[in-house]
Amino acid sequence: MITAFIFRALDRNTYIVLGLLLAVGILLPLLSLTDPSFPLHVPTYVIALIGKYLCYALLALSVDLVWGYCGILSLGHAAFFALGGYAMGMYLMRQIGARGVYANPVLPDFMVFLNWNELPWFWYGFDHFWFAAIMIVAVPGLLAFIFGWFAFRSRVTGVYLSIITQAMTYALLLAFFRNDMGFGGNNGLTDFKDILGFNIQAPATRGVLFFASALALAAGFLICRAVIASKFGKVLIAVRDAESRTRFIGYRVEGYKLVVFVLSAMMAGVAGSLYVPQIGIINPGEFAPANSIEAVIWVAVGGRGTLIGPIVGALLVNFGKTWFTSGMLAEYWLFVLGALFVAVTLFLPKGVVGTLLARAKARPTSTSAPAAVSPIDATIAAEEGA
Amino acid sequence: MTPERTSVTMRYSLPCLATLAAVFFMLAAALHPAFGADIRPEVNALGTPGYTALKEAIGALAATGDPAVPELLQALGQGELYVRVADSAVFKVTDTDDGYNLVDPLTGEDAGPAAADEVSKITVNNSVRETISAALGLMTLMSPDPQKRLAAAGDVYKSQDPKQIPLLDTAIAKETDKSVAAALQLARAAAVLRSDMSDADKLAAVEIVSQRDDQDAISLLSSFVASAPDGAAKTAAASAITTIQGTLQLWSGVQNVWYGISLGSVLLLAAIGLAITFGVMGIINMAHGEMVMLGAYTTFVVQEVIRSHYPGLFDWSLAIALPLAFLVSGGVGVLIERSVIRFLYGRPLETLLATWGISLILQQAVRTWFGPNNREVGNPSWMSGTFDLGHLAITYNRMWIVVFALGVFAVLMLVLKRTPFGLQTRAVTQNRPMASSMGIRTPYVDALTFGLGSGIAGIAGVALSQIDNVSPNLGQNYIIDSFMVVVFGGVGNLWGTLVGAFTLGIANKFLEPYAGAVLAKILVLVFIILFIQKRPRGLFALKGRSVEA
Repeated sequence: MITAFIFRALDRNTYIVLGLLLAVGILLPLLSLTDPSFPLHVPTYVIALIGKYLCYALLALSVDLVWGYCGILSLGHAAFFALGGYAMGMYLMRQIGARGVYANPVLPDFMVFLNWNELPWFWYGFDHFWFAAIMIVAVPGLLAFIFGWFAFRSRVTGVYLSIITQAMTYALLLAFFRNDMGFGGNNGLTDFKDILGFNIQAPATRGVLFFASALALAAGFLICRAVIASKFGKVLIAVRDAESRTRFIGYRVEGYKLVVFVLSAMMAGVAGSLYVPQIGIINPGEFAPANSIEAVIWVAVGGRGTLIGPIVGALLVNFGKTWFTSGMLAEYWLFVLGALFVAVTLFLPKGVVGTLLARAKARPTSTSAPAAVSPIDATIAAEEGA
Repeated sequence: MTPERTSVTMRYSLPCLATLAAVFFMLAAALHPAFGADIRPEVNALGTPGYTALKEAIGALAATGDPAVPELLQALGQGELYVRVADSAVFKVTDTDDGYNLVDPLTGEDAGPAAADEVSKITVNNSVRETISAALGLMTLMSPDPQKRLAAAGDVYKSQDPKQIPLLDTAIAKETDKSVAAALQLARAAAVLRSDMSDADKLAAVEIVSQRDDQDAISLLSSFVASAPDGAAKTAAASAITTIQGTLQLWSGVQNVWYGISLGSVLLLAAIGLAITFGVMGIINMAHGEMVMLGAYTTFVVQEVIRSHYPGLFDWSLAIALPLAFLVSGGVGVLIERSVIRFLYGRPLETLLATWGISLILQQAVRTWFGPNNREVGNPSWMSGTFDLGHLAITYNRMWIVVFALGVFAVLMLVLKRTPFGLQTRAVTQNRPMASSMGIRTPYVDALTFGLGSGIAGIAGVALSQIDNVSPNLGQNYIIDSFMVVVFGGVGNLWGTLVGAFTLGIANKFLEPYAGAVLAKILVLVFIILFIQKRPRGLFALKGRSVEA
C-alpha cells in the first residue's frame, strides 16, 4: 500500500527533480575531494554553503506543505528547525566527551562553566545517535502536535494562527536564551568534534553530510509529492480553498490540518539537524521570528502551492544573499530583501515557478481567454502540471 | 590595644561622651565668624602614634570647624595621609613611579618627592573610621544649611551610636526646622535603642522608630528585639515590626501595580496605532514598529536642531517633536498604503509579507542614514527626576508616559467616535461597498486611516524615545508585544487594546518577582497562546456580521 502511495507520486517531473538532487548530491562532494589542480575541483566551503542551502530548501518545502497546500501560514517553523538542530547539537556535544576546554568527561563545557554538577535528565540518551535521530523528528513533531491540537480544535485560523505561531517561536527564543534551561544559553552549542566517529571538519565527512542533505531534500520532496497526489492531499487543498465547506461535507478538518502540520514540523526538524553539523553551531538566534518569516518569503518567491517552487526560491534568495553580503553591496542586502518581499507579493503572487508553470499551461490555449483563470484554479492547475 | 577593645571601651565610657560633648561645644564656638586660625598644629597632631591619640587628634581637628577638615578626614580614612619621619609633619601623598610625591594637605602645594623610607603611612582601623564618620557627621550637624543638617541626621541615624545621644539632644534643642528636628529625633531614638537607658526611654524610642516604616526600621527593631531584656519596650518593638512588615508588603503590591501600569502604558502606546491599522483595517502591519522608530528618530532630529540652534527651547523639544513625528510617520504610512497595501486588500497574509519587506527597507534606510548605533535622546527637565508617593519612588518620565498614553487613547477615541472622518472610517471598515455607494471615497478614507494609525505610532515613538534606546531596531522590540496586546484585547476594539495592555503589563510585573523577567514574559506569551484557543477573537470580540467579512 505504501509502495502504491509512493508510486502514484512518481510522475515525470518528480523523476527529474529526484534525479537532479541525487546527481548533485553525489557529484559535488566527489568533485570537492579531487585534487585542487583538477579543473572541475569544488572548494570545501562551496560544499558547506550549498549544503546549508539544501537544508533551507527542505525547511521551505515544509513551510510550503502547510501554507501552499493547507493554507496554514506558520510563522513559527524556525522553532521546529531550531529544535531539530538542538537535538543534533546535543548529540554532537556528547561526542566531544573529555576533549572540551575543561576536559570534563561527563559535562559539556558550558555546564562546567555554570558550576553544574550533573547532567540534566533531558540530556540523557543523547550519547546515542539513534536516540538523537528519534528526538530530531519527535520533539518538533510533539510540539507541533500539542500546538496544533489546541489551535486547530479551537478553529484558530488565518492571521490569528500566524500570530500565535510567531508568539510560540518568540517564547522559545526567550526560553533558550536562559542559561538555566541547560542548552548553553546565549552561546548555544558549538565546538563540535565528531559525528558518528568521523571528524566533522574532514572534507569527506562534509561531503557525506552534503549528500545526506540532498537525500533528505529528495525524500522530503517525494513525501510531499506522495501526500499531495493522494486523496488526503486533495482534502488539504479543499481545506485551503474553502475550509467551512470542507467541514460541512463531512471531513474532520482539524485532523487533516494536524497531521500535515506535524509532518511539516518533522521535516523542518530534519532540515535543522542537517544544518547544524554543516554550520558548526546552534544558538537561540535560530528561533528568531524573523527567520520564520524569511523562510516564508523563500516559498513566496519560488511559488507556493508548487513543490519545486520552495526549493527554487530558497536557493535563489540565499544565493542572492550570499552574493550581496559578501561584496561591496553588503549594506544594501536588506533593501533588496525588503524590495523582494514587496515585489513578489505585488507582482508575482504565484512566485517564479508558479508564474512560469501557469504561462506554460496557458500557451497552448492562449486563444481562449487565459485571464479568466482564478488564482486558486491556477495553483491547482499548476500543481497538476508539476 | 586591639580595635575591638577600643570600640567597646569607647562606646560606653563616660569620659568619651564628655570628650565628644566638648568637641561639640568647641565646634559651635568655632562656627563663629571669628575663626580662621591656622590649623596646622592640629593637622600635624594626626601623626602622633597610637589609635587613641589619633582619635583625639581627629576630635580636635573637627572642633576647629575649618572648611578644609572634611576633605582632610576623608583622605585620612582612605589612607592617603603620611607622616614625614624627619619633622613629624603630615602630608597628603600621591604615588609616582619612583617613590612618593608629597602635597601639603591644607594648601594643596607640592612639597616635593620623598623616598619610601622617609615617610610613614597613618594607618586607620575600623574604630578610627567610625570616629572619622562621626566627626564628619558632627561637622555637618551644625551646618547653617538645613539640607546638610538633614543629611547629617540621616548619617547619624545609620551609625546608631549611643555616644552621640548628648550631641543629638543639644542639636534637637537648637533645631528650628521641623523636618530636620524629626530626623534628629529619629536618629536619637535609634541610638537610644542601642544604649543602656531605661525601658521607658526605649519604649518612647520604639514609638519614634516605628513611625519610619521601612526596611531600616525593621532591621533596627529586630536587632533590638534580639538583644533586649524582656519588657514593655521589647513587646512594643515586636508588634511594631509586624505592623511595619504588613505596611511594606502592601506597598510592594502597590509598587507592582504601578510598575505594571507603567509597562502597560508602554504597551498601550506601542499597540494603539496597530489597533487601528490591524484592528480596524485588518492589515497585518509588520512595519508598525518601524513607524514607532521613525517617531523616535524624529524626536532625535528635533533635539539635534534645538541643541545646535535654539538651546533655550530644549524643554519644549518633545512638544515640537509630537506633531512632526505624527506627520513623518503618518506621511510614510499614507505613502505605503497608496503604493503597496491598497493592492492587497482582502489578502491579509500577503500584506504581512509586504509590510515585513517594508519594515526591512525602513530599518536599513535609517541604519544607512543615522548609523547603526544608539542615538542620544535627552529628557527635558520636567521629565527627569523622581518624587515619592508614600513608599513609592515615581520617576517623572514614567508618570508622564502613563498620562500621555491615556491622553492619546482618549483623543483617538474622540476622533473615531465624534468626527465625520471617524464615522467614515468605521463605515468603510464595516461595509465597504455600502459605504462606497453612500458617497464615501473609500480609497481616500483607507489612506487616511492607515496614515492615522501610523501617525499615532509615530507619536508613541516620541514617548518611547524617552525610556528606550533609539536605534534602528527599536521597532522590532515592540512589534510582537503590540500584536499580542491587540489580539489579546480583541481585534477591532480599542477598549480591548486598553484593557489588554494594562492586563498584560500588570500580570507581567506580578510574575516577575517569582519567575524573573524573562520567564515572566514567556509565561505571559504562553498564557496568550492558550487564551486565544479559548477565545479566538480576543477579550472583547466584535459580534455580528462584520466579523466574518
